[in-house]
Amino acid sequence: MPLPFKSFDDMTPDDYANIGLKVGLEVHQQLLTRRKLFCRCPAGRYSDAYDAVILRHMRPTLSELGEYDGTALMEKKTRKNIYYRIHHDTVCTYEFDDTPPFFIDDEALDIALEICLLLRLNLVSELHIARKQYLDGSIPTGFQRTGILGTDGWIPFGDRRIRIRQLSIEEDACREVSDVGHDRVYLTDRLGMPLIETVTEPDMRTPQEAAAVGQILRRLARSTGKVRTGYGAGRQDVNVSVAGGQRCEIKGTPQIWRNPRLIYNEARRQCSLLYIRGLLHERGVRPETFAWAHQDVTAIVSKTDYEPLRAAIAAGQVVRCVVLRGFAGLLNEPTQEHTTFAKEFSDRVRVIACLTQLPNLIHSDMASETLAGRDWKQLRRRLRAEHGDALLLVWGNAADTETACHEIALRAKEATIGVPNDTRQAYKDGTNGFERVLPGAERMYPDTDLPPLAIRQERLDRIAARLPEFVWDREARYHALGLPSDVLPALSAPRLAALFDRLTGELGLPPRFVAVLLGQRLKALRRRGVPVETLTPEEIYAVCAAHAKGRLSREGVPVVLRLAAEHAPVAGGAEAARVAAVFAEHNFTPLTDAELDEAISRRLARLDSRKFATPQQKARFLCGLILDDYVGRIPAAQVVQRVAARLPVAAPVSSQP
Amino acid sequence: MSTAPPSSTPADDTFKGYRGPGRAVLERFHVGVWSEVELDSTRGSFRGLILPRSETADDQHIVLKLASGYNIGIAADSIHAVRETGRRVAHYKIPEKEFPHDPKKPNVMLFGTGGTIASRLDYRTGAVIPAFSPGELYGSVPELADICNLRTEKLFGVFSENMGPEQYIQLAEQIGEEIRQGTSGIVIGHGTDTMHHTAAILTFMVQNPPVPIVMVGSQRSSDRPSSDAAINLQCAVKAAAEGDIAEVLVCMFGPTSDEYNLLHRGTRVRKMHSSYRSTFRTLSDIPVAMISPREIIPLRQDYRRRRADRDVVVNTAFEERVTILYYYPNMRPDIVDAIVEKGYRGIVIAGTGLGHINKPLYPAIKRAVDAGVHIYMTVQTLWGYCGMYVYDTGRDLMTLGIVPASNMLPEVAYMKLCWVLGQTDDRVEVQRLMLTPVSDEITEREPYNGYLVYQGGIPEVQEFLRSIKR
Repeated sequence: MPLPFKSFDDMTPDDYANIGLKVGLEVHQQLLTRRKLFCRCPAGRYSDAYDAVILRHMRPTLSELGEYDGTALMEKKTRKNIYYRIHHDTVCTYEFDDTPPFFIDDEALDIALEICLLLRLNLVSELHIARKQYLDGSIPTGFQRTGILGTDGWIPFGDRRIRIRQLSIEEDACREVSDVGHDRVYLTDRLGMPLIETVTEPDMRTPQEAAAVGQILRRLARSTGKVRTGYGAGRQDVNVSVAGGQRCEIKGTPQIWRNPRLIYNEARRQCSLLYIRGLLHERGVRPETFAWAHQDVTAIVSKTDYEPLRAAIAAGQVVRCVVLRGFAGLLNEPTQEHTTFAKEFSDRVRVIACLTQLPNLIHSDMASETLAGRDWKQLRRRLRAEHGDALLLVWGNAADTETACHEIALRAKEATIGVPNDTRQAYKDGTNGFERVLPGAERMYPDTDLPPLAIRQERLDRIAARLPEFVWDREARYHALGLPSDVLPALSAPRLAALFDRLTGELGLPPRFVAVLLGQRLKALRRRGVPVETLTPEEIYAVCAAHAKGRLSREGVPVVLRLAAEHAPVAGGAEAARVAAVFAEHNFTPLTDAELDEAISRRLARLDSRKFATPQQKARFLCGLILDDYVGRIPAAQVVQRVAARLPVAAPVSSQP
Repeated sequence: MSTAPPSSTPADDTFKGYRGPGRAVLERFHVGVWSEVELDSTRGSFRGLILPRSETADDQHIVLKLASGYNIGIAADSIHAVRETGRRVAHYKIPEKEFPHDPKKPNVMLFGTGGTIASRLDYRTGAVIPAFSPGELYGSVPELADICNLRTEKLFGVFSENMGPEQYIQLAEQIGEEIRQGTSGIVIGHGTDTMHHTAAILTFMVQNPPVPIVMVGSQRSSDRPSSDAAINLQCAVKAAAEGDIAEVLVCMFGPTSDEYNLLHRGTRVRKMHSSYRSTFRTLSDIPVAMISPREIIPLRQDYRRRRADRDVVVNTAFEERVTILYYYPNMRPDIVDAIVEKGYRGIVIAGTGLGHINKPLYPAIKRAVDAGVHIYMTVQTLWGYCGMYVYDTGRDLMTLGIVPASNMLPEVAYMKLCWVLGQTDDRVEVQRLMLTPVSDEITEREPYNGYLVYQGGIPEVQEFLRSIKR
């Protein structure tokens, strides 16, 4: 695709096809269990409070097949002190790696297998727990315990299939509190929570498809009723590549709607890096000719007015300058929205050299607000920089700035090759930044603490027998019933789906009425502060049954639901005792025609003294009075009709008071 | 990872670990370990590399390594077709680099006995097995080269529970030899379970050493990123190369945090937790020093200093017919009789409280003593002294011929009795040797801070945990 890149809103599927965009998803979903995956700590308790702190460091090790992993080597360079905050109630000695694992939680395994069956995966006969190295410290052991349950499944998507590569069951990692300089702090409460990771093949062709598939996978997991919901309980990583680029993984946003822009920006970044590589090659800068040098230049810039540098030098820090031969003018090339090529260097310096305070570098392509012209000139002389060379300056302690220079050179050399394999972190504005080198299969170890676990057929048969309906089948069924499309996802949630079937089946209520009641009315009540979440399916059923038997008007249904939800619990009562109490305390007997006529007469008499601009207004006012006083006892249409009959001059009034 | 022709795999490795139905499937489809395969089963198709099977696992499954690096097991009886698409033989090797030599640095000898300090994965058992060489150590802990010139010698490859007199004697003799050759210090890599037993016996067998003899291990094997092995090794090697404490020491984590290690005296140290990093504790006393890869901080001054001479005394006497009797209420006398009947010559009792056992045992104790068995009393409270004069029970027991072993730890008393009975059977001489401390196995006083098992939950302890990273 020719640069400049089109804006996000202007990109078409054809544009994405032209750049060869491929997107795959890694969907993480916490499971709704009582305990954590490999110990007996309670699951799902979160607190920022802590009782103690433990300090650890991570060292890379060899994988089972005898290789160091690239990520491992990168993390070794960063030399972080990792602090774990420990809370008595949420963490035991297992999580901080002072006790070996206990057997895997059966409840979690059953839920994961259920989702495997829904994804039509080929199930393994024996679960082998592996150790997947994470040297960032997010897990105190330095690895995540994880195991594959199934491979090669699929879900339908329009008229094609999205292939599912694999599903694994694994323990969740720590929550990061801060990462400043060489100190990283984690909270351990989330650590060890049961999680599944569903990995798709790179079958999505546009950012919008990726979001749609993400939604399907999320809803599929939720259709079991056995996964956690809420912020952070489901997270999606996105794998993005373009033709000629490399797979880069953007680490999870908990909000799927953010993904399209992230994918767009990553595609754009990769295309831009390929474009920059082209420019470098035109200048004769290739991996084998790439040249650089670096020096301590603290003395040269010691009198600068540029505040970050001045402050650093005043604090006794050093300034180092890197010259990249042939890179002049490229550092300002855009890579993502509001982002330039220089950010690729700044990110690496931040993450690997631990120079975390931004700005952490300046360069010779920047406008003059940094160093004075004479300083740049002197630096150029000192580094023997030609006109076509770029200079970058970093500052900090001696060891870190040295690391930074080497890292800048490493990243620059990668630019002559193409797109590096990165794990990237998502930013709120839809762009992304370097997090670590993408780890490979080399980081996998068998877990010698746990024996393999056979997944027996009886277990699978038991789970298969209680499998929920496929979420897409259910939604197609709803769609065929003509239900409004915005209520479909809510109705497919397990709690409401079962209720929907009973209300429309056993009670014979019209699907559309039930859909609106469950999908919209309840939500509307919750927005008004009614504690509808306290209503049990049995209570909702009892209210609807009253309506179905003619004991309650259509309008009365939400009213009784509200009263029941707000009603105090009935001690020792039956399942729908609160509903029975509401019926006992209020009169919902439908009005007879005679009662209605009498009610109209009584109120008409009171209205004599009031003036109305039009007869219609008077009729509407009257209808409102009666519906308020006899709420749930008579359909609105009947009141309107009767009032119109009694006030003939007023006809016609709108059907809704 | 490298590819090698099938001929490089020994023939008997083709089905490594597979037996029964698992092996039958491999044979039927002419594939074996390290075959890349496509496999059809009743649960679908899978692609991967066939790995060796752990011999302790069942014989019903084939292990496949997927391209993602994960392993899975496929039931043999579900497999109906296997196609070999290639072969890939894995060679697990720590990058081996020659350990650099610097004439200005002290020479340290590292003896390997096994254990998790240096280990790698074993496909046969799926467990970690001991393995190390200077090159491998340098490949994984290059910091060691900043401290010393390191030589290593693997004396045995056993887990620590399999250490015994044969190993103790060989180890003691090798240490003596190495000291006479002029080494600056000795490090012994050892499994942690019985490290304190070995530390005790070495203290008795190798006396008056002019250089440090430092035992080290790890609670998290070196195949884990959070392993304590690298720090432990660095600290142990530093203590041996530069330290001034010429005693048998145990060098292991102080707190569970990566902050500092402790140097414990070999006769007062004990493994106190089955899995914590900070499992080793000095009991009824304080450790000799704190140590980190940067510095050694002595916590006391009464240690034996490093010397230039080579006047080490090695005495490898050892009597194997000694046992520890861990007393419990309702213990019956036939246990003691059986021990005597089997020809045991020494019994260390771990008694209750100040060193007590029940009355029904008295006649059996008397029979044992009359038969010439040497019986010493220690306390199962671990902390504190025997106090057999306090109650009648104690006085009765002494009358019967049980000798209180003061505040010797039960395991230490056991090792010492083995060593003493290897030298003499004379009751008076045995008692003299047992009760004359070689290196603080009996101390004259217990300091106020020798017994510190913090009680969690108490506000001041919680405050300590919150404010001081432990």
